[in-house]
Parts: sequence; structure tokens; C-alpha cells
Amino acid sequence: MFFKKLFGRKKAKASRADRGMLLFDHTSDVIRAENLLKAEGWTIKVMGPPPEIQRGCDLVVEFPLMEQMRILETLKSAKVHPVDVVPVTGPLLSPVDLFHTKDFGEYLMVRAANMKITIEKKSRMIVNISGGGCPDVPFLADQLTGKILEEAPQPREIGHTLCGYALQLAYEEIKRQCL
Amino acid sequence: MLVIAGTVPDLDFPLVTGPACLEGDSLKVEGHLIPVLRGTPALVAAAIKTAEVAGNQPPHVILAGDTGRGSGSRLVYQHIVENARSFAETTLTFHYLQPDVDWHNRILMALDALSLPPVRIADAGFMYAAKMSGYAASYDLFTPDVGELAFLADEKAPHPFYTRGFILHRDQSVPELIERAYAHDNAAARLLVKGSVDMFASGEKIHWRIDSPGCEVMEAMGGTGDTITGMASALIASGMDMEKACHMAALANRHAGMLTRPTPATQVAEIVRAIPQALAGL
Repeated sequence: MFFKKLFGRKKAKASRADRGMLLFDHTSDVIRAENLLKAEGWTIKVMGPPPEIQRGCDLVVEFPLMEQMRILETLKSAKVHPVDVVPVTGPLLSPVDLFHTKDFGEYLMVRAANMKITIEKKSRMIVNISGGGCPDVPFLADQLTGKILEEAPQPREIGHTLCGYALQLAYEEIKRQCL
Repeated sequence: MLVIAGTVPDLDFPLVTGPACLEGDSLKVEGHLIPVLRGTPALVAAAIKTAEVAGNQPPHVILAGDTGRGSGSRLVYQHIVENARSFAETTLTFHYLQPDVDWHNRILMALDALSLPPVRIADAGFMYAAKMSGYAASYDLFTPDVGELAFLADEKAPHPFYTRGFILHRDQSVPELIERAYAHDNAAARLLVKGSVDMFASGEKIHWRIDSPGCEVMEAMGGTGDTITGMASALIASGMDMEKACHMAALANRHAGMLTRPTPATQVAEIVRAIPQALAGL
């Protein structure tokens, strides 16, 4: 009855909605990525690409999409470079590339997707971080708030999730506007 | 009873459950002190202040440490599934949790099995999982900000990071975003949209809007959306009608913000301290 109640509902989406795919040029890179990520404890799967994917080799690595940023940093440090990263349910989607800037006079705020970073212009101190919903956001805010922009750790160095990734983009944009 | 499920930004923080109280500017749960900076601790602190004003019991919390790998979130998820019966007839608010569709579905199934299910409120990461799962309509209330509303309105996006530009551009047209979220079944029965204009909607109908007192700098302050959700949750748990509770929470949050004479550098703990005065002044 319970299964009927849950799965009988209208329009249940695939439970793979929170998964992403790493695309590589060569199968050898797929194997290296698989070994590396499994050794680091991530739940990943090597599989064939969906028909929409027109690039890369004949295999992709499916991974937990929310942890995209940490996974990409892990691959980068091992010099394994995917040619693209896409959500399983939307292989043609791309990351947000729109920034919204708000000038509060002495303060400047930049938003990327759901993440906002605010600095005091004169000191370039990060005074607030808001938005987001993944659990690394309060941690990132704690680590960055009160630090000078150039001296603060980059979100990609200590964050894990897509919210952390959005904050990285906002961080890069506000830095670009200030430098 | 109000139950709040979320995380704290400390990897070593264990799973703790129990009533929460405030000690100075920190939360206290089962002997653990947690600074109220933003995220779930800010939501819980706002709920405690609201319950005090309303003369109700403090919220019960389910918290674990998580800095983005999801391990603490999974402890919270597991606890809810294993103790689902204890949440019958409560108001259950889900907050900063790692979006995980599989665990989300297990929780929903466990709660659906109850003959007297809880009032279900979702915000932040758990709201993302609820939308991704396709079961958003199973919730009584979502409390997105405008950026998150754009994500709910984008039927293809698995996370706000992938919200398509042509939808993200519609920030100035919140009613359109609400309509689109409902059209694709990606909204809860009711939406409290937090922003420069707060709105309450159900099934494409906008019941009310609040735009004053205006406090533009609150957009920059981390945790001000969490305090609205915390206040609304506490008022709903007290038996107040959801529409009225959300209206009171949104208005009180603006007044609390004004009481702090805020700048973009103001921290949310100051807002939390002002909540009793703001609620009393309504």
C-alpha cells in the first residue's frame, strides 16, 4: 500500500536525478578516474553515455552530482581531466553563467545562481555570504567571513557541493570586479 | 510539536536529538553548544525565540555535523526513517541537508505510512531533493528565496547551479516563476517566497505580498531566510493557520531586521536577538 501510495503518485522522476556524468576523451582516463574516485570512497559507476552525448569516448563515469566540485578537484590533483561534466537528467544543461551585482555604496554583493558574496569595498573584507542549501555553505561562510578577499581560502579548496561551486563563481566574479 | 532536521558545519559533531534551547548566542542541545551563525542553527534559534513569545515548548532537533560530504546528513536521514512513528502529528521542518533523492524517497515513504502524518515543511538542500525526486507536491510548505524559486520553476534543473539563464532572468517576475513551478508540479501545496517582496502562494494563486518595511541590505545577510522559516515553523506548530503564520513570520523578520539598523555586514545573530521585540510589536 505504501509503495502504491508513493510510486503511484503523478510524475515521479528518476532516482538518478541527483547524479552527474563525467565525460572523457579516452577510455584510459575513464579507468583512471574510476580507480581514483573509488579509492577516495565515492559511489560511482562506469556506463555507456546516453544518445544526447556527442562528445568523449564510449564510456562515462556516473557520480553524485552534488559533490561535483570536490570530485573535480580530486581529479585535477591527479591530472585526470574530463572534457565535460553534465547532469544525468539534463546532459545538455550547463552551469549558471549569469551574475547579478548589487552596489550598496560601501559594500558590493555578487550573486551566482543561489549564492551571494558581499565585501566591504574599502577593506575588501568578506562581510557576508548568503543563499544556498547544501551543508557546506555554513562551513564556507564561517571560513570566509571576516577575511580579506585575496587572503581568504577559495571555496573550491574547502567546499564540496554545487552550492560551493556557485559560491566559487561568485567569488571569482567579485574578485574580477575588484582587481 | 515542532521538529527540525538539519546539519551544523562541524565534521566532528555527532548525531544529537532532543529539545534545543539558547545559551547566550549559542544553541544548546544535549549538552552540545553550537554557535548561531547561519543555516540550521539560525533557523532553530529563531524558532526558539518564537516559541518563547508564543508560550510554547521549544523545538526538538535532529542535528549532525556535515561540511558537504553528506555523512552527517545521512545520519539524520537514517534517524528519521528508523523513528518515523515518533513524528506523527508533529510539524517537521527539513533544512540544510545534502540533497539525496534516494534518502528523500525513503523518508517520504516512512512518513506516508503514518496514519497521522506530520505537517511537512522543506527549505534549503532538502527542498532541492524534494523537487528533484518529483514529489514536491507531497509537501505542505516550501520556503524558497527568489533564486531557489527560479530553480523550482526550471523543470530540467537538478540543482540551482544548473538553472537555465532564460528562467534565472525572470527575477523581477516572481508570479511567473510561481506559475511555472506549479505547472510542472515542482512546488509544495504552499510557497512562502522570501525576497525584497515576500509572497505567499498556493496553486498559482498569490494570497499576499509584503514589501515593507523595506530592508534591501538583508539580502546580503546570511541566515535571514533561515530565520523566517524558523519563525513560520514555530507558529505553524503552535496551531496557527499556515497563511497567517507565514505572514507574521515574514513581517516580523523585516521588523527584526530594521531593529538592528542593519548594514550588509550585519550578522544574523543580531536579527535573532530582535525577534521577540519584533513579534511583540506586530
